[in-house]
Amino acid sequence: MSERAQRLLELADDELVLGWRNSEWTGIAPSLEEDVAFSSIAQNEIGHARALYELAAADLGTTADELAFDRQPGEYRAAPLVELRFVPDWGRTIARHYLYETADEARIAALKGSSDADVAGLAAKIDREEVYHRLHAEMWVDRLLASPDGRVRLIDATRELWPYALGILDDDLRPTWAERVRERLGVDLTNGDAIARGAHADDWTALWDEMTMVRRSVPGAQW
Amino acid sequence: MTSVWEVFRQERKGQAFEHAGSVVAPDIAFAEAYAHEQYGRRGESVALWVVPRDAIHELDDFPDELGRNYHRVDGYSLKVKLKEARERAGTATP
Amino acid sequence: MDEQGFLEYVQSGGQVETDDWMPDEYRQKLIKFIEMHANSELMGVLPEREWILRAPTLQRKLALTAKVQDEVGHAQLIYRVVEDLGKPREQCLADLISGTSKFHNVFHYPTRTWGDVGVIAWLVDAAAIISQKALLKCSYAPYARIMKKICWEESFHILHGRDVILTLMLGTDGQRELVQEALNRWWAPLMMFHGNPIPAENDPVVQWRIKTQGNEEARQQFLDGYVPQIWELGLTVPDPKLRRREDGVWEYTEPDWDELRSVVTGHGPMTAERLEFRRVTREETAWVRSVVLAEAA
Repeated sequence: MSERAQRLLELADDELVLGWRNSEWTGIAPSLEEDVAFSSIAQNEIGHARALYELAAADLGTTADELAFDRQPGEYRAAPLVELRFVPDWGRTIARHYLYETADEARIAALKGSSDADVAGLAAKIDREEVYHRLHAEMWVDRLLASPDGRVRLIDATRELWPYALGILDDDLRPTWAERVRERLGVDLTNGDAIARGAHADDWTALWDEMTMVRRSVPGAQW
Repeated sequence: MTSVWEVFRQERKGQAFEHAGSVVAPDIAFAEAYAHEQYGRRGESVALWVVPRDAIHELDDFPDELGRNYHRVDGYSLKVKLKEARERAGTATP
Repeated sequence: MDEQGFLEYVQSGGQVETDDWMPDEYRQKLIKFIEMHANSELMGVLPEREWILRAPTLQRKLALTAKVQDEVGHAQLIYRVVEDLGKPREQCLADLISGTSKFHNVFHYPTRTWGDVGVIAWLVDAAAIISQKALLKCSYAPYARIMKKICWEESFHILHGRDVILTLMLGTDGQRELVQEALNRWWAPLMMFHGNPIPAENDPVVQWRIKTQGNEEARQQFLDGYVPQIWELGLTVPDPKLRRREDGVWEYTEPDWDELRSVVTGHGPMTAERLEFRRVTREETAWVRSVVLAEAA
C-alpha cells in the first residue's frame, strides 16, 4: 500500500470510528437541542471518512464502503482514542471531543499545505465543517470549566485520556498541540508514552462486530 | 433555569426573515450552535437571527372603530371613475 | 370571549396563539394531545437508534442517523409548544418515564432485522405523515406552524425507507424475505396506528379542532396510498380480508383494539425496557443539565 493511501486510511478510520461512537449519542444526549447538534457532528465525521476513503479507494482499486466495512478488525488504523466507548458518560465524551478536534485541527492545517492537490483540496473542505466542531467543543469546555463539578469531570477525563490523545498526532505536530491543551485547561499533563495506532482498544472488536453485522449477513449484497 | 431563544430564518438571500421556532440554551454560544443545527442543518436557511425571548415585545392591539379606510386598498374604488374619465376623453375602448 | 364563543371561533377555522385567552379544557386537551405527540417522537427514536450502529453502508448510516436526529428535533419542536402552554419539559419527561403519559402504539414493538428499518421508515412514517398533515390546520397556531417543518422532514424519511425497501426487494431471496417478514409483524400495529374509529362528534379533540381528521378517514387514506405500493413490489399484506370495494372503501380484518389499549397503556412488548432505558440515560446525564446547561448566575 502506498504511503499516501496509508495516511488517508489513518485519517479516514479516525473519522469513521469517532463518527460511529458519537452517533451512539443520537437519541440520548443530555438535552434535545444538544442531541441534534451532536448528531450533526457525528454525521459530518462519517461524511469526512467517506470522502477520505474515496480518495484512498481510487488508489487501491476498491470502494469507500468496502474500506469502511469489509476489512478485518486488525486492519483498521484508527487511534485507540476514538475506539473507546463512553455512552452515557458525557464528561469523557466532551474531553475526547475537545482533544480530538484540537489535534485534528493541527493535522488538517498541515494537510491543507500538502503538495498533493486532491488531499489539500479535501482538507480545506473538511476544515470548513470542522470549524463548527471546534466551536462546539470550545463552548462545552468553557461551560464545564466554569462550574466546580464540571471542571473536575473534564479534568479527570482529560488526564485519563491523555495517553490515548497523544496517539492521534505524529511527533512533529504533537508538542505544539499538547502545549495548547495544557494552557487551555490549566492542567499539568506530562508528555509520557502515547497509546499509538495499531494497539486497538478493548472496545473496538465489539463495535466492529456490530457495525458490520448486517453487511456480513449477506456478503457481497447491495443494501 | 435556562432561557428561551427565538429563532428567525431567511430561506434565500433577499427574502424576509420568518419566525422558525425556539431553542432552550444556557447562553448565546449554545443558542447559536443549537439554532444552527435545529433550523439550518439541511441547508434550508441562509441566515438566522437568534434573539432572547425577553427582548421581543408584542403589540397586538390595532383598533379601527371608525373605519379609517383612506390608508387601505378598500378605501379606493377607481374603476368607475376611470371609466367615466376615459369616456370624457374619448379614449374608452368599446 | 366565553367558552361557547371560543368553540364557535375554532370550529369555523379560527386560530389561537399562545397568549390568547382559551378555556381551561382546551388548554388541558392541547397539552395532553401535543405532549403525546412529542413523547412519540422521542420514544420513536429508540427502536431505530439500535440500527444506527449496524447500518450496512456509509450512505445508509448517514441517512438513518439523520432520520433519528430529525425525530429528536421534532420532539424538541413539539415539547417547546407544550412548554409554552405551561408544562415544563422536565415534567413531561418525568411523566413519560413514570408511565403517566402515553406514546404511540408502534413504538412499543421490537425491531428485529434491517427489514424493520425499511418498513418503519416507509410505512410507519407514511402513517404518521397522514396524521401530521391533518394537523397543519390545527386550531392552535404554534402547533400547526411547526408541523410544516415536521412534514417536510418526514418526506425524506419516506424516500429513505422506500429506497431501503426497493434495494432489498432487488436483492437476494433472503433479503426479500426480510421485508416480507418485517411487514408481517408490522401490519397489525400499522392498522391500529390511527386508533379505533370514534365518531367525530364524540371526539373532543376533533370538536376543538385540535385535529381535523377522523381516525377511520386517516386509516382509509393510508390504505389507499400504500397498499397498491406494497402489492406492486410482490409483497403480501397479511390480511386475507383486505380489499378495496367498488365504492373505494377498504375492507379489512378488524384490528384487535384490546391489544391497542393494552399496548398504549404501558403493556407493549418493549414498553418497560424502553422506558427503563430512557430513565437510566436521563439519570446518567442529569448532572449535565443541572451543572452545565443551567443558566449562568
